[in-house]
Amino acid sequence: MSVDVTQQLAELQAKVEALPPGKKNKLSMVVFSGDLDKMLAAMIIATGAGAMGMEVVQFFTFWGTAALRDPAKQAGGKDLMSTMFGWMLPTGRNKLQLSQMHMAGMGTAMLKDLMKKKNTASLDQLFEIAQMVGVKIKVCEMSMDLMGFQRSELIDYPDVEFCGVATFLADANDSSVQLFL
Amino acid sequence: MSAYTVAKVLDLKGLPCPMPVVKMSQEIGSVAVGEIIEVLTTDPGSLSDFPAWASTTGNEVLGSEQGDPIKIYVKRCK
Repeated sequence: MSVDVTQQLAELQAKVEALPPGKKNKLSMVVFSGDLDKMLAAMIIATGAGAMGMEVVQFFTFWGTAALRDPAKQAGGKDLMSTMFGWMLPTGRNKLQLSQMHMAGMGTAMLKDLMKKKNTASLDQLFEIAQMVGVKIKVCEMSMDLMGFQRSELIDYPDVEFCGVATFLADANDSSVQLFL
Repeated sequence: MSAYTVAKVLDLKGLPCPMPVVKMSQEIGSVAVGEIIEVLTTDPGSLSDFPAWASTTGNEVLGSEQGDPIKIYVKRCK
């Protein structure tokens, strides 16, 4: 029985070339929650992944975007709804509250005190580390619009990108790890 | 005395997660390929985190010693 090896090889080669690109050593994370505890988890995982040599992309959306506000910056020209939203939402990462045991601020203050005593990295430090290990921050444009946030009132972070769901999906598609926090 | 010839000692005592691996990733480049870093840590999670970090980054944990502080020996492989 004669088998045409050359032809089989060519067919195999064509099949291999048609395969979708493999997953990268990369983490794509949705940062949806604006709770202090979940933000800590998000930042610890992101910085840890950066330290592991992974490419890291964080997508800040919905409540998460409030953590990117810079309390020192103000944005004018907002309509009534946006202004009210601006008042009600935390002005930056240091104003976030615990998702549980907030207890009118007492629980959150206790946790922050405990973190200091135990020498745990604060959100300020974690954002600094994130920058150092090359964590990329992308922000959902639609959430910015919905919350009435303007780009000028966000923190200074290198190469922040404003985007939509397609950008996240494109990133998630070639990532070995995808998370939603 | 440790069983390894150590090129550098990295003191990470008192630093909790994620700092040990963050510092490690920053310091690994400071020794030559094949050289060994001795890590001193008080974070017990590091015993599991360093091998995980090493296998992902292509380096090697040669061994560790329980104690105060915990000692972990990391070899730069690439």
